[in-house]
Amino acid sequence: MNFFTLLNREIRAYFLSPVAWVVLFFFLLLTGFNFYAGVAALNRGPSEITVVEAFFNTVFFWFGFILIFPLITMRLFSEEFKMGTIEPLMTAPVRDSQVVLAKYCGALFFYVVLWLPSLLYFVVFTRITRLETAGAAGPFIGSYAMLLLIGMFYLSIGCLASTLTRNQIIAAIMSFSVITLLFFLGLLNFFVLNVTPALREMTAYFSALEHMSEASRGIFDSRPLVFYLSLTIFVLFLTFHVFQSRRWRN
Amino acid sequence: MIKVEGLTKTYAGVTAIQDLNFTVEKGEIVGFLGPNGAGKSTTMRILSCFLPATSGRASVAGFDVASQSREVRSRVGYMPENVALYPEMRVQEYLEYRAALKGVRGRRNRQRVNAVKELCSLRDVEFKLIGALSKGYRQRVGLADALLHDPDLLILDEPTIGLDPNQIRQVRQLVRDLGKRHTILLSTHILSEVEMICNRVLIINRGRIAASDTAENLAGRVRTAGAVTAEIRADPAHLEAALAALGGVRKAEIIPLDDGWQGCTLRIDAKQDPREAIARLAAERQWPLRALGQEQVSLERVFAEITQAGEI
Repeated sequence: MNFFTLLNREIRAYFLSPVAWVVLFFFLLLTGFNFYAGVAALNRGPSEITVVEAFFNTVFFWFGFILIFPLITMRLFSEEFKMGTIEPLMTAPVRDSQVVLAKYCGALFFYVVLWLPSLLYFVVFTRITRLETAGAAGPFIGSYAMLLLIGMFYLSIGCLASTLTRNQIIAAIMSFSVITLLFFLGLLNFFVLNVTPALREMTAYFSALEHMSEASRGIFDSRPLVFYLSLTIFVLFLTFHVFQSRRWRN
Repeated sequence: MIKVEGLTKTYAGVTAIQDLNFTVEKGEIVGFLGPNGAGKSTTMRILSCFLPATSGRASVAGFDVASQSREVRSRVGYMPENVALYPEMRVQEYLEYRAALKGVRGRRNRQRVNAVKELCSLRDVEFKLIGALSKGYRQRVGLADALLHDPDLLILDEPTIGLDPNQIRQVRQLVRDLGKRHTILLSTHILSEVEMICNRVLIINRGRIAASDTAENLAGRVRTAGAVTAEIRADPAHLEAALAALGGVRKAEIIPLDDGWQGCTLRIDAKQDPREAIARLAAERQWPLRALGQEQVSLERVFAEITQAGEI
């Protein structure tokens, strides 16, 4: 029960603050532009990719994508530490795990809301052009499922960063750096020439780029599913322990 | 209700409280006094399960604050020294949220929220954003929050700080009323407040309990009790010698007043009252006596003496 009370407050906190609306506005601007750019690229001539593929695999998409996680998660714990509201919160009969989960799920909820309007782009496109955007349901489901999976993992990293400091900017810088590093880890073999096959295979697991590219073509692969889910659980577990350790640190 | 045994808390090598022992019985209103940095807030934070103790044990209503923390938290209403609230929420909304968090749901949620709004005079700001409230109102929201789940024990860390005199009087009255049904541990710097509302006073100094007693008894235990003052018309030298010779008088000071009257201030030992002897002395020597009185020992004096001179 407490979990839902906390979750409710977390979600409301997002939409009661101007930050959420500003993030939402600029994110829509960015994805809208991304969609436009994708369609414009397809217009240049015959192409083998679909609109869905074009939308989820551009630089604009990834740029905006990586940037939103620090913005969504930086306030989660840092703000409570800074404002001191952690004191009334933790002197109420709530479990640490409930607080961590509620905050994480609140962030996840906002993340999902952030992506909902993008569905409209495809609807509008089909309405106007009477053309297919993907050809089948697979790429749609795949893309959005991958969006959710990668999002879950990156949000958990942001959550962890926010438990580490009372300064929101520091939390944002930490999560941004880690997420960017993980993101480019998947591209390691493009930068470094003498990568051993074993290393290449390992870093490929982190390649959000590749996962998305496959999912947006409608290819189902269980490896990223297991990978992202288990990492998310692991990082949330860490978050929980870091959050608990605050009582012994100060 | 509260049992504290050997409680010690150190922050990065600095000892905040050391080997604290005290108990608070059910129904008591206990004033927790001490200079800044004496460890009042630390103790209260441990009791409300916000901080763990370094060593020692504390229990509330029979539940251990470390191992049965959620049991304790559901029985304690805690108002922190700096009331931190979510500025983007409205008072009503915040209280509903806090009540739900403390397990007060459904119809009872509405009842309790209404009740505490009434108690803390928050009716006229119920739909205001907390961020727009004055300090006084925020304090009251904090107090209302502590009362929401009708807790057995209230821990109030300087509840009247930042309030205007009228509000202080209101809160004091409120605490006194609450004391009829709840056990209260409150810290404050306003000593008259403690004298007015508390059954018992705990004085903490440098992390240790320096005194624990009723305000009156503490006053009686102070080394120099209230001074006796008298106005007598007599020769100053004779007068001083005669007064100093009385039992229980440590020191007599004479200040010449108008028209041959002498103002006498006598420092006396604890629990001594030489007033009768002074009257008799004046009568025997045929010295006119026009005023005789004894200063009340305020808790202020007790506090100063204990926290500056060490234990008594």
